[in-house]
Amino acid sequence: MKVGVVTFPGSLDDHDAQRAVEVCGGDAVQVWHADTSVGDVDAIILPGGFSYGDYLRCGAVAHRAPIMGAIADFARDGGPVLGICNGFQVLCEAGLLPGALLRNAGLRFVCRSVDLVVENRDTPWTRGFADAGPVSVPIKNGEGRYYADAATLDALEANGQVVFRYADGDNPNGSERDIAGICNEAGNVVGLMPHPEHAVDALLWAGDEARPMFTGLVQAPAAV
Amino acid sequence: MSDAPTFPANETLTDERARELGHELGLRGDEYDDLVATLGRVPTVSELGMYSVMWSEHCSYKSSKVHLKTLPTEASYVLVGPGENAGVVDVGDDLAVSFKIESHNHPSFVEPYQGAATGVGGILRDIFTMGARPIAVMDPLRFGDPSRDGEGVQSADLQRHIIDGVVRGVGGYGNCVGVPNIGGETVFDPRYAGNPLVNVLAIGVMRKDRLQLAKAENVGDVAVLLGSATGRDGIGGASVLASQEFDEGLEAKRPNVQVGDPFAEKLLIEACLELYDRDLIAGIQDMGAAGIACSTSELASAASMGMDVDLDKVHLREASMESWEILCSESQERMLALCSPNDLDDVLAVADKWGVPASVVGTVVEGDNLVLRRNGEVIADLPARSLADDGPTYNRPMQRPDWQDAYESIDAEHPEVPGLGGVDGDLHAFVLDFLAGPNLASARWVTEQYDSIVQGGTVLGPGMGDAGVVRLPGSNRAVACATDGNGRWCELDPREGTRRVVAEAFRNVACVGARPLATTNCLNFGNPERPEIMWQFAESIAGMREACETLSVPVTGGNVSLYNETRLDGESQHIWPTPVIGILGLLEHAEDAVGLGFQDEGDVVFMIGAPTAPGLAGSALQYHLDLPLGGTLLPVDLAMEAALGEVLHVAAQQGLLQSAHDVGQGGLIACLAESSTAGGIGGTFSAVEGVDDVQALFSESPGRVVVSVASRNVRAFAQLCQDAEVPLRDAGTVGGQRIVVEGLVDLGLDEVTAARQGTLAALLD
Repeated sequence: MKVGVVTFPGSLDDHDAQRAVEVCGGDAVQVWHADTSVGDVDAIILPGGFSYGDYLRCGAVAHRAPIMGAIADFARDGGPVLGICNGFQVLCEAGLLPGALLRNAGLRFVCRSVDLVVENRDTPWTRGFADAGPVSVPIKNGEGRYYADAATLDALEANGQVVFRYADGDNPNGSERDIAGICNEAGNVVGLMPHPEHAVDALLWAGDEARPMFTGLVQAPAAV
Repeated sequence: MSDAPTFPANETLTDERARELGHELGLRGDEYDDLVATLGRVPTVSELGMYSVMWSEHCSYKSSKVHLKTLPTEASYVLVGPGENAGVVDVGDDLAVSFKIESHNHPSFVEPYQGAATGVGGILRDIFTMGARPIAVMDPLRFGDPSRDGEGVQSADLQRHIIDGVVRGVGGYGNCVGVPNIGGETVFDPRYAGNPLVNVLAIGVMRKDRLQLAKAENVGDVAVLLGSATGRDGIGGASVLASQEFDEGLEAKRPNVQVGDPFAEKLLIEACLELYDRDLIAGIQDMGAAGIACSTSELASAASMGMDVDLDKVHLREASMESWEILCSESQERMLALCSPNDLDDVLAVADKWGVPASVVGTVVEGDNLVLRRNGEVIADLPARSLADDGPTYNRPMQRPDWQDAYESIDAEHPEVPGLGGVDGDLHAFVLDFLAGPNLASARWVTEQYDSIVQGGTVLGPGMGDAGVVRLPGSNRAVACATDGNGRWCELDPREGTRRVVAEAFRNVACVGARPLATTNCLNFGNPERPEIMWQFAESIAGMREACETLSVPVTGGNVSLYNETRLDGESQHIWPTPVIGILGLLEHAEDAVGLGFQDEGDVVFMIGAPTAPGLAGSALQYHLDLPLGGTLLPVDLAMEAALGEVLHVAAQQGLLQSAHDVGQGGLIACLAESSTAGGIGGTFSAVEGVDDVQALFSESPGRVVVSVASRNVRAFAQLCQDAEVPLRDAGTVGGQRIVVEGLVDLGLDEVTAARQGTLAALLD
């Protein structure tokens, strides 16, 4: 399983995402923002960070990068795509996922571990979880408050597109209905604000409870 | 000089006018005379601007140099010591680690967000200028106390504004540039209300052979200016030039505070690291204070070469900038790199790949002069060394301040604490209130605003251990780093206070299991032209020398910040003398790292090291009780500290420790509260013998560490202490949800957690 990790100018967690794939048994390659092809990869991660400095609006510049056309095609063909934090914001800006990420309710950047309930284990990114958890995964962002209108939220709930929810009382940013991560209708495109790539190593303070996201992806046969 | 060169009319000054302008720019009369003697003629406007900045205290260390020279700087593993952009130590595995601390105090008072943000940006550039990827930052911060609302600068509203801005600035820059924040300090004391201390430490790692030097060694190499366009920001004292002679009114009123662009810095970091990887660079220097003037003269001076620089090639934000403005601009996120003309196309291609603007601005030439041109005409021609290295040096007068006598006459060791020693009152409530004070409360409100996990190496983040620990990329080794300062101790006794501060940083690094290697210092003091302040400085350096020598942690660099004073009612009040010490240590195996939180029911608790001694002079208890600062500091036993450090390092390597936490600010009760809340488990502890109950709970006497050990390892640990002649005393057992010090206090873990957790949010949100 070869996973491409996109590097935009200002991506920060791209090497961490590559490493997470590798420690969980996959191969990782860099995908450059200015390219127009994703190459022969089996899955794609849009990593966290501050693409283009988050200037203008988080993800607003990155979603117009040359590589995004190829990623939209890859997603339309059913290829697994994961957006983490800034990557989630880019996917929302690109229209590959519904909704938007607003400033945290407390108007401050928040970095800490949160408990996540895995509500949908039928996506390529969550099939590795044995149960709904909760799992402890770190969050670190200033604009992580998931927002969509009520009709969209209702549809997400009805279709099982809410993939991750903050455990009761652990919503760090005021996200609507405690939503931490969602998927598209087909289930192959997933976005979440917490950082699973930082929870794959028991030695580090954020622990390793998010490993199933990557082991589940790489151990299954290539999805495309 | 018989054939004095001619310069353009707008650069030419009369001797009288140049002397006058020099004075306004801060050049003393004798300094101006030296400058004229060096040049053999009257300086041009540009030259005067450059010398005034480069010979300033900030750039030339003219008051501190004679003292700094006495510090120990060498060890077998020190690859680069003071004088370069940052110190570098060999950490094995073919890796080298660069680290340094710097201050951004005054800008952070004027404009807290940008002051702090550009402080982070500046120290990161020092690190990647050396060839290293920045892997961690730490931020020792000192503010006024917002829990003590007062008049003027003491107003809680002003302090909130400063603290909020500084914390957002440190986070805004560090989070965006992608370097984890692994700790620091947050100290509140009215003495910093009008002059906050914003110090930032950064750590970087590189392959040993990739170490870069700031030297222009090869004639014909070209100088490439990389990064942001040069603008009129941060022109400091040189702006006087504008207001005196060239200004039509508006320019002079522009703010001097630089504005940071962390996105530009991130791209600059990646571009520079790729240039190093591909071996395309012959020398590199960052642009901090004094911008182009500083970087060109330092590169040339370091190799005894000359440089020819064309200011017309500099990419500018405003085309109308005067030459001296271009030279002295402190626009952020810029580097000056030297490369062979053969590699120039490759260098420019790397810059273009990362979207970093680049322009070729100069050439390395024979000789030792820096020649600057504008519009085809020479506007400055001076010996590079005279600008970079031959600035003035002063041995300023020193005098022990009269106020020392008052401090020494105070009996600090017998304060009245409610419920102790026959004093009426509720000890339980007092202790909870004490632990909830801003200096002892949880710093999570601050640290959660910083990304502490990016780059995937953070083993111990803020509040998790006595030092931050990051694993080195591609290796199983880890570095630990702690920063410590204690202005109240140093005000009472700068020499002993500084010895203690070094010992504390050393101990903190040892507590996480690392072997302390080297020191960086940020010396925050008042006005050096006052003999009392100079005495404090000299005494502090003397104490630092003793401690760094005995503990074998040589100084590899740092920063001096003087003139930290506030005018109050016409009188100048100095900050507490605050040398902040950063010590770097090494763990051969990252998994050996020891946190400060208690772990498991039944673990045995010991206090190891020096006996508990009277230690309330300058303490958190003295502050909490609002007693006048005073008392005498008993000397720290440095030999004991060294032995204690060795025991902690070896015990960690052998996996004997569940937790380790030094007894520092707030004494034993604060130490136990921190280890209990961090671990989510309390314990039953015995009171310290040989001292009264107040000392038992609150003494800050140095050299003590509380460790917890699994019962199966107790014998081995005790043997280790015995062999090293480090005293070990039973101190209790881990377990339960209460913090009990037998016969004295019995606190619920939940009430302690609640008390410590809410303080800063309540004061600052």
